[in-house]
Amino acid sequence: MEKILQVKNLHVSFRTYGGEVKAVRGVTFDLHKGETIAIVGESGCGKSVTAKSIMGLIPNPPGKITDGKILFKGKDLAKLPDRELRKIRGADISMIFQDPMTALNPTLTIGEQIMEGIIQHHKIARSNARKKALEILELVGIPSPKSRLKQYPHQFSGGMRQRIVIALALICEPEVMIADEPTTALDVTIQAQILDLFRDIQKKTGVSIILITHDLGVVAQVADRVAVMYGGKIIETGTKREIFYEPQHPYTKGLLNSVPRIDIEDAELVPIAGTPPDLFAPPAGCPFVARCGYAMEVCDRIYPTQTLKGNEHQVYCWLQDARAKTSFATKR
Amino acid sequence: MATYLIKRFFAMIVTLWLIITLTFFLMHALPGSPFNDERNTSEAVQKNLIAHFNLDQPVSVQYIEYLKSIVQFDFGPSIKKSSQTVNDLLGRGFPVSFELGMVTLVVAIISGILLGIVAALKHNGVIDYLAMTIAVLGISVPNFVLATMLIQQVAVNWELLPVATWKSWKHMVLPTLALATGPMAIIARLTRSSMLEVLTQDYILTAKAKGLTPFKIVFKHALKNALLPVVTVLGALAAGILTGTFVIEKIFAIPGMGKYFVDSINNRDYPVIMGTTIFYSALLIFLLFLVDVAYGILDPRIKLHKKEGR
Repeated sequence: MEKILQVKNLHVSFRTYGGEVKAVRGVTFDLHKGETIAIVGESGCGKSVTAKSIMGLIPNPPGKITDGKILFKGKDLAKLPDRELRKIRGADISMIFQDPMTALNPTLTIGEQIMEGIIQHHKIARSNARKKALEILELVGIPSPKSRLKQYPHQFSGGMRQRIVIALALICEPEVMIADEPTTALDVTIQAQILDLFRDIQKKTGVSIILITHDLGVVAQVADRVAVMYGGKIIETGTKREIFYEPQHPYTKGLLNSVPRIDIEDAELVPIAGTPPDLFAPPAGCPFVARCGYAMEVCDRIYPTQTLKGNEHQVYCWLQDARAKTSFATKR
Repeated sequence: MATYLIKRFFAMIVTLWLIITLTFFLMHALPGSPFNDERNTSEAVQKNLIAHFNLDQPVSVQYIEYLKSIVQFDFGPSIKKSSQTVNDLLGRGFPVSFELGMVTLVVAIISGILLGIVAALKHNGVIDYLAMTIAVLGISVPNFVLATMLIQQVAVNWELLPVATWKSWKHMVLPTLALATGPMAIIARLTRSSMLEVLTQDYILTAKAKGLTPFKIVFKHALKNALLPVVTVLGALAAGILTGTFVIEKIFAIPGMGKYFVDSINNRDYPVIMGTTIFYSALLIFLLFLVDVAYGILDPRIKLHKKEGR
């Protein structure tokens, strides 16, 4: 499959008064045409920062891409000046944000907000932009779009607003759409509708989607591939089936165990004890070592090498190493 | 909207009536009469004068009579400046005061907003500190001090601009500058802080993610939201500028309304006091009304009229 976007060894740091926060420390993944990759992980694992880096939306200062490449159509987005990035933002790669209640400008009509992107990038007349906006609103399922165009965000419900946010991300027919926790702020029934919409749009437009989420239920519904992030690194990646049915990394297993289940009676909810590592001084070894039940001495010192479990299934864990016998594993 | 306007109009009338009533009775409560310092007038002449201006009647009767003439937009004759009516004075002085006030307001708003935006965009930079230093100076230096300093430096020492009076645009520069600096400083500080807040909002990130130019992000997406608190203070600032014109007109010898207003109080020239007070009040009430309308235009969430169905 054609690789549309390649992120290679991405490092992002933030300079603060307390020191340098290494939020993303060597993230590598590919996005293929027409697929959905989900980046999962808990708060502060660097998933949003990764997404914003691709768009060049890391506030600089204090944020900075310190190393790595983001290859898109033969260009390295990590090194592109802002003027060039602007032409790609919204046109080729667009982004959907978490909270639809605040992501729309309260003082502009939604028609204006949808149309301005395409007017900016494709230099088309307002009347054509309006036509296009109507089509897009139809696509994202806004009833009677014609009269809705003239309305303001406060006249829409949360779910409707998220559809509008999606509409303005789609107006320029981008090849990549980054959705940063698109359903977190919505209630469950609306969540399901929005996720259906994602699949529907992908079928119709062939857009590739990077889905940032901490919700494994969302992942299960829409993702093709999954990358699990922890402490600024991707610690396991694979197809959805591989991650859900054969998780290899103790953290991935822990994540799956901490999902509430209604299909198993008396299923115990097992949280992962402890807190994520301090990214001011990230550990030299595996970032999960302090919370891992199977941690060995080596985990503390050296970052694990990649182990290939399948064609796509990669995991970074010393337990995968042939030398790691279960008897060796000193339980903490 | 129409019902709102009608309601609002009546509220404005009531406000104005309250002001008229209060001013009228307060004015008559002042000791002394307009003819106190008329020298060499015999008792009989004084009596005649008082009778001529109906001042011998009870205050309540005078009040009713005054309201009657006000309704016909007749502010009566000036007691001190014989053969002139208050309408004449207003007609002569108001255009000048209005010109000074409006030019000042426009200058203060535009320069204040621009200064605020620049300061916010260059947050914590040299330009920001410079702009805010100017703003603090502008707020703390009273306009009459600034006016005299400007006259001394620009008009007297450098001889760049005329010292006083009101003829060409050159005469307007110094009084406008003296009067506009304070309000400009207030607007600049407000714009800066509200701009800084707006720039961190999610919808600004959305606008950036659309690939809009920084210019569009600032002027189309941020400014409209950032202006709301600025518009709120505009009414009060306009009042400040109006009263500021009294002092500035005096310093620069500008033939506006301010002079008549101050003189009339010293002279207890009842009709002129009333006339100028009513005139300024009406103007201020109208400006406040404009501010409310501007609010509704800037922020669609604020509805001026009763809710219509969704």
